Amino acid sequence: MSQATLRIRKMSGHAGPVPGAGTQRELQVCKLIDVTTCIGCKACEVACLEWNALPYRETLFENTYQTMPETAWNFWNLIKFNEYERPDGSLMWLMRKDQCMHCAEPGCLAACPADAAIVQYANGVVDFQQDHCIGCGYCVSGCPFNIPKFNSSTKKVFKCTFCSDRVSEGLEPACIKACPSGCLHFGTKDDMKELAAQRASQLREHFGFPNAGVYDPPGVGGTGVIYVLHDASNPEQYGGLPKNPAIPWVVKLWKGPVKWLGNLAIAGGIIAVTLHYLRYGAKIVKEDNRAEGGQP
Amino acid sequence: MSSGRTLPLSSAAGASGQRLLRYTLAERVNHWIATLSYIYLLLTGLAFWSPYLFWLVIFSGGGPAARFWHPWVGLLFTASVLYMYALWRGDMLLTPADLVWRRSVLSYIRNEDEHLPPVGRFNMGQKQFFWLMLGGGVLLALSGFGLWFVDALPWSLRYLRYLAIFLHVVFALATIGGFIVHVYMGTAVVRGGFTSILRGEVSAGWARLHHRLWYDQVTGASSRKK
Repeated sequence: MSQATLRIRKMSGHAGPVPGAGTQRELQVCKLIDVTTCIGCKACEVACLEWNALPYRETLFENTYQTMPETAWNFWNLIKFNEYERPDGSLMWLMRKDQCMHCAEPGCLAACPADAAIVQYANGVVDFQQDHCIGCGYCVSGCPFNIPKFNSSTKKVFKCTFCSDRVSEGLEPACIKACPSGCLHFGTKDDMKELAAQRASQLREHFGFPNAGVYDPPGVGGTGVIYVLHDASNPEQYGGLPKNPAIPWVVKLWKGPVKWLGNLAIAGGIIAVTLHYLRYGAKIVKEDNRAEGGQP
Repeated sequence: MSSGRTLPLSSAAGASGQRLLRYTLAERVNHWIATLSYIYLLLTGLAFWSPYLFWLVIFSGGGPAARFWHPWVGLLFTASVLYMYALWRGDMLLTPADLVWRRSVLSYIRNEDEHLPPVGRFNMGQKQFFWLMLGGGVLLALSGFGLWFVDALPWSLRYLRYLAIFLHVVFALATIGGFIVHVYMGTAVVRGGFTSILRGEVSAGWARLHHRLWYDQVTGASSRKK
């Protein structure tokens, strides 16, 4: 969704500098998800569908409380349910709100070839502009979190917008508004990091979770959505949260050295043939020299 | 046939004033299907390649249209290079004469064609270009399938798509290199070459200079010393 009231910091597939970037000081917004206080009520799932006016879609029952296996083009906020067996044999739920992480260095944006189809606002929110999207799906390969989802009938890609239409008006995102347990927090990145660190140390010191910690992966420059986990040493157990997410090296190679080598090679080829022509010119057949006396 | 541009023939050329059929109608039509489809793929592909060239999508009706048609035109291109393979595979195998010719390739580059050993219907550069475009056409199609259907590959197989992106880029760059040289040679350097792929004919003198063994073969002058 295009948000004219939010300034843009980064723009996908854009030649030259981003208009207006860096002209205004802007606080970084952040969602803090304290998975240790999530009760799995899915109010955030419903609030997301309601606010974004997404059509209801079929769910998939796979012997779990989870609504469907992964997010979808019209289902951007999914609570992932994972059963964890404690050392004493008792059961514990690990519930994690899965959604776009709003990376500071977004792989989707790096991979996107379409001018301004993916933007990062000055407040850090990464947003897809479907009216500029060409439907190539490169963002899907740029993302380490399996978030962009393709709609094969409209040929556009969708994901969580961070409710940029609400945030631009000074409101919190719909999921935060709906959360009844206080597990979801919204504020500036600095405030959320401080709150998360406090909660993590509380879990370590008073609740018997020695590995509790904050998930704010540096491989993507930090994220606009951070987690407090009971066991930050093993994020994979929370429904496949990657331990060290980064933009795939293929995408980095393709958008980095390969692009420059390729451009040099193309330009070099054109220059080389031009120089060749200036130096040697054409091969012109002189018919009369080729009669080669006497041969029929 | 006197249609098209004719090369300057002196009266002394006499018997060699004949025109030789170099490319049949099917070969020419197929070549131009490959040409036009490749140019479309090149323009749309370059648009997806660099933000500084994204404006090229205006030639194909905008970004979404370019993304929609690029794979279909790609199939057409691959089909035409496969048909090219069916037509020319016999003529495109490297021969001992090519290896001899290769040693004098600097003479070819310097346009000192009189010093070159004789070659058949295609010289080694043409053969290399043919195999490059055949391989490129097939491999671009295979990697292109990995890119075409965005939601066909599950998350667990995402590495296949990473590989497809990379291979598609590398093979596209390789064919672009060949394409630049081919267009340059066929239009600017080898005069008569462009006419031959349009109307199918070359002069006898052209054939003798550039493809002596082929000339001998089609004129039945095979007893001539090579």
